[in-house]
Amino acid sequence: MPDLAIKATGVVKWFGEGEAKTQALREVSLDAYFGEMLYIVGPSGSGKTTLLSVLSGILRPDSGSVTVEGTDIWNLGSDKLADFRLHKIGFVFQDYHLFPRLSTAENVAIPLILNRKNWRAAIVEATKYLDIVGLKGRAELPPVKLSGGEQQRVAIARAIAGQPEIMIMDEPTASLDGDTGVAIVGFVKKNILNDKRCILIVTHDDRISEFATRILKMQDGRLIGTEKGGSI
Amino acid sequence: MTGILKLAYKLLVNDKAKFTALLVGITFAVFLIVQMTAMFAGTMKRASATVINLGASMWIMDPAVQTVAQTTGMPDYVLDAVRSMQGVSYAVPFYSGGALVKLADGTFQSVTVIGLDDTSLFGRPQLIQGKIEDIYGENAFIVVKDPEFPKLGNPHVGTEFQVNDHRGVIVGIAKVASSGLFGVPTLYTTFERALQYLPNPRFTIAYVLVEPKSSSDVLHIKQQVQTLGYLAVTKDEFIDRISNFYMYQTGFGTNMLIMTVMSFVVGLSISGQTFYTFVLENLEKFGALKAIGAKSHELVFMILFQAGFTALTGYGLGIGLCVLLITLAKRRLPDYAALITYWNLGLAFVMVVVIAAISSYFGVRKVLRIEPFDIFRG
Repeated sequence: MPDLAIKATGVVKWFGEGEAKTQALREVSLDAYFGEMLYIVGPSGSGKTTLLSVLSGILRPDSGSVTVEGTDIWNLGSDKLADFRLHKIGFVFQDYHLFPRLSTAENVAIPLILNRKNWRAAIVEATKYLDIVGLKGRAELPPVKLSGGEQQRVAIARAIAGQPEIMIMDEPTASLDGDTGVAIVGFVKKNILNDKRCILIVTHDDRISEFATRILKMQDGRLIGTEKGGSI
Repeated sequence: MTGILKLAYKLLVNDKAKFTALLVGITFAVFLIVQMTAMFAGTMKRASATVINLGASMWIMDPAVQTVAQTTGMPDYVLDAVRSMQGVSYAVPFYSGGALVKLADGTFQSVTVIGLDDTSLFGRPQLIQGKIEDIYGENAFIVVKDPEFPKLGNPHVGTEFQVNDHRGVIVGIAKVASSGLFGVPTLYTTFERALQYLPNPRFTIAYVLVEPKSSSDVLHIKQQVQTLGYLAVTKDEFIDRISNFYMYQTGFGTNMLIMTVMSFVVGLSISGQTFYTFVLENLEKFGALKAIGAKSHELVFMILFQAGFTALTGYGLGIGLCVLLITLAKRRLPDYAALITYWNLGLAFVMVVVIAAISSYFGVRKVLRIEPFDIFRG
C-alpha cells in the first residue's frame, strides 16, 4: 500500500451570503496516495476546483480538515501555509499564468527565487527543469513566443521546480488541441509522476482518461463515486 | 530577498511602456517642483543680496522697512546711541539708494549706490581689479562685476561716467556673493560721497550695521534699540523678514506654492494612475505568486520596491533635467534667478516619497485582497 499523501475529512465550503449563499462542497472526504495520478471530474459547478483549492491550501474550508503527510494544513498560520504551498505543492494553472515579461527560464525559477535561492543559481537550476520538459533551447525566450503546448510545459517545469510532493493541475488540456493535450498529460505521467509524488488533476477531458490511476467523480459538491482509471 | 527584488525589478522595467510612463510622470513632477522652488530660492537670495554681501551681524532700521531696498532714513543720533550701547563692538552707518548713470554713449542706466562707512569701509566687496584705498579718491566708485555689469558698458578701471549729473570714475572692480534682484548694476562708494551724489531726505542713515561683542549681547542690543523706537535684527532675521515680505505681501510666494502643489498633483495623477494600472494588469500574476507560495509581506515588499525604484529614478532624472535647464538658462540669461538648494531637493524628495507611497498604497491594498483561489477560478 503506498503512503497517504492527502487526507480530506468532511470538507464543507459555502460561498456567498444570504439568499445567494450556496454550498460548494458537502462533507467531502477523500484519500490521495503517493504514486497516484488522481483525476477529479464532474460537470461545471460541481465543486472540482473548489475541492482542489481546499486540498492545496489555497481556499480555507468552513469545516472539515485536510492533512498532508500528517499535517493539518488549515491549522497553519498564513505564512506557514504559504511555505507549505511553496515546498509541498506545485501548481499548473488552467491559463498557465506565466509572466510574459520574464524569460522562460525566469518563469520556471520563480519557486526557487521565492525559496530564497540566489537569482543566478535559480536560473541555472530552472534550465534543468526546462530540459526535463524538453524546452532547454527556449530558456531565453519570453513565454509569448512559445506555442500553447510549450507554455503548458513551461508551467509544468515551474510546478516541479520546487520539487513538490503534490502537483495540482487545473484543466491542463483546456487550452490545448487534442493531440497536444494527450501528449502533455502522457508526458507528465511518464516523467513527473513517481512513487514520491501525487498528482491531482481537475479535467473534463475524456481523451486523457487513460492516464488516470483513479478517478473521483463529483456532482453538486459531493463525491459521488470513485473509479480505477477508465472513462471520464 | 535580493532574488525577490530582482523579480520585482524585472517585472517593472521589462514593461517598458508602463515604466516609461511612470518615469515621465515622476520626472516631470520633480522637474516642476525643483524648478519652481529653485526660482523661489534664487529670487529670495537675490532679494537679500545686499544683506548677504555686506555680511553685517546686526542691522538697525526703521520698523517700517520690509526689504533692504526699501529704506527709511534714520537720524544721526541713532548711530551715536547704538555706539554707546553695552555689548556693541562697533557700529557704522550704511547708505543704499538708487541713482541714474549717464554712460559714454549718452544713454542712462539705473544703478544701486551703496555708501560704506568712510572710516572703516565695513562691508566692502572683494576687489578683483584696483585698490580699495582708491575709493577715497575724487569721484571714486567701485563697480560690481555681476550679470548686470555689461549694462554699464563693461567699464574698466578709469572709466568715467556721470552719476546724477556728477562726475564719477571707476577705481575698482569687485565681485560679490550674490547679485541683486532688480536687474540694475551696483556701485560702491563712501557714505559721505553717496550723500553728496544722491538726493536725500532729512535723515540720511539707511541702516546702522552693528557687530555685537558676543552673540549673548544680541538680545540686549535689540531691547535697547527698541527703546529708541527702531528695530534691530540679526542678518538671518533680516533675510527672513525680506523673504516673508515677498512670500506673504506680494503674492509671489502664494503663486509659487500653487505651482508647486500643482506639480505635485500632476505627478501624483500620472504616476499614481499608471502605477495602479500596472498593479491591476499584474494582479493575476501577483495572485499566482501568492498561490505558488509568496507571502503577503513579500508581495508588499515587491510593490514598495517597484514604487520606490521608480520614484528614485524619476527623482534623479527630474533633478538632472532641472540642473541642465537652469545651467543652459544661466548661460543665455545671466540674470536668471534660480538656485537649487538642499531645501529644494529635500522638498522634492519628500513629495516624491509621498507620490510613491500613495501610488503603492492602492496597489498594495489590491494585491493583499487578491485571493489565489481567484486565479484558479479564472
